[in-house]
Amino acid sequence: MTNVILDGSDMGRAITRIAHEIVERNKGASHLLLLGIPTRGHPLAVRIAAAIERIEGVAPQVGSLDITLYRDDLRLRPARALESTSIPASGVDDQVVVLVDDVLFSGRSIRAALDAISDLGRPRAVQLAVMVDRGHRQLPIRPDFVGKNLPTSLEEQVRVALVETDGVDEVTLTGSGEDGAA
Amino acid sequence: MRHLLSAGDLDAATACLILDTAAELATVTDRSVKKLPTLRGRTVVNLFYEDSTRTRISFEMAAKRLSADVINFAAKGSSVSKGESLKDTALTLEAMGADAVIIRHGSSGAPHRLANAGWIGGTVINAGDGTHEHPTQALLDAYTLRRHLRGGRGDLDGLRVTIVGDVLHSRVARSNVLLLSTLGADVTLVAPPTLLPTGVGTWPCRVSYDIDEVLPHSDAIMMLRVQAERMQAAFFPSAREYSRAYGLDRARMAALPDDAIVLHPGPMNRGMEISAEVADSDRAVMVEQVANGVSVRMAVLYLLLGGSGDLTDGAA
Repeated sequence: MTNVILDGSDMGRAITRIAHEIVERNKGASHLLLLGIPTRGHPLAVRIAAAIERIEGVAPQVGSLDITLYRDDLRLRPARALESTSIPASGVDDQVVVLVDDVLFSGRSIRAALDAISDLGRPRAVQLAVMVDRGHRQLPIRPDFVGKNLPTSLEEQVRVALVETDGVDEVTLTGSGEDGAA
Repeated sequence: MRHLLSAGDLDAATACLILDTAAELATVTDRSVKKLPTLRGRTVVNLFYEDSTRTRISFEMAAKRLSADVINFAAKGSSVSKGESLKDTALTLEAMGADAVIIRHGSSGAPHRLANAGWIGGTVINAGDGTHEHPTQALLDAYTLRRHLRGGRGDLDGLRVTIVGDVLHSRVARSNVLLLSTLGADVTLVAPPTLLPTGVGTWPCRVSYDIDEVLPHSDAIMMLRVQAERMQAAFFPSAREYSRAYGLDRARMAALPDDAIVLHPGPMNRGMEISAEVADSDRAVMVEQVANGVSVRMAVLYLLLGGSGDLTDGAA
């Protein structure tokens, strides 16, 4: 039992709205650095950056931040292959870092990302943008920019699919199965 | 796979996983905080029965960059010089709770014994055993070759690598032949017949006695150290004659293809297997090999110790 929660055009509108909110909150696009958490956070960050460029005429910097080495559940599973980390040469110092991820769930990935960022330097501020907030936080973390608030039960599975990684843009909710993708 | 004992135990997918992981971990060196929290609370023992500079320091730095606690154990100045056996030393380390033992030993097979005798429960990593194997050296050589000649990705399919010198006493040569051939490279060994081990015909490589014939067809050349300390007999008439027949000097380097690189596992005997001119040329990548060694060893430690299961599960 799988329901499509957002289709491609819904996601496009959500990305445009998030881009407007980021620009409004930060009074422009200067000093902005969008860091996507692989795998799907990075293409989302690229799209949000493109939307910001359409609004402001200035493209914010984009990078990707792999959090595998900072996870708190490393010892519960076999060692995983690392995803790519690429930070623009100007670094994170004195930038407003906007973390971008597909689904916000327990908040543990974001905790790991915050630790990773503090090892890279000292940003002016860190904000969080997610496509779906599905609740069930296990840490005191909240998003600043949300594509869709989606109340779920723990048994349900939320999946964000992107053209770049999955060939299609959609957010789906599956009724049964294991814990969610976050 | 819970241990790293032989380069021959690695299949191409696992070897590429290690190299890809090393490439990501190499970026840590450029950061302001050169440390990752991944192995916090784990203890790694450097158990070195033989002298070593770069391998021990490299493993120590790799483990520390991943926040592991490192204990250095050199046989000199320890109870080993009072006659303690490998078994009793191992039991002591196990009682103290070592999560991994990185062992260098003069006897071939010592790491295998340590891993399989049931003395310790942790991971064993072979850092060089006798004239047998040195798998992390082969991995760092493969990483260096891939970075220079294959754009830093994929395998080494079709790459022509020539390994010259004291193959008989070289654990580096054996590990490199096994790993590089697994990754698809065409390996040629060049040495005088007296410095080739019996059974080299069964290795996955070609063998030649003439360096000048092989040079024009080599994308990379790896010079091995002449290991005088392991030579009890006369393997060649004189150092000068060896150098003339098998040493890499400027004239021979000129016979290599234009983009070929020169590797050496170190320590070098300048003037013996490699001339000072070649060692200091911009074709020589020895300094980079050392830097890559830290990244590759970080990858091995992360993949063996970072998760719960074994390395090959992670490759799936």
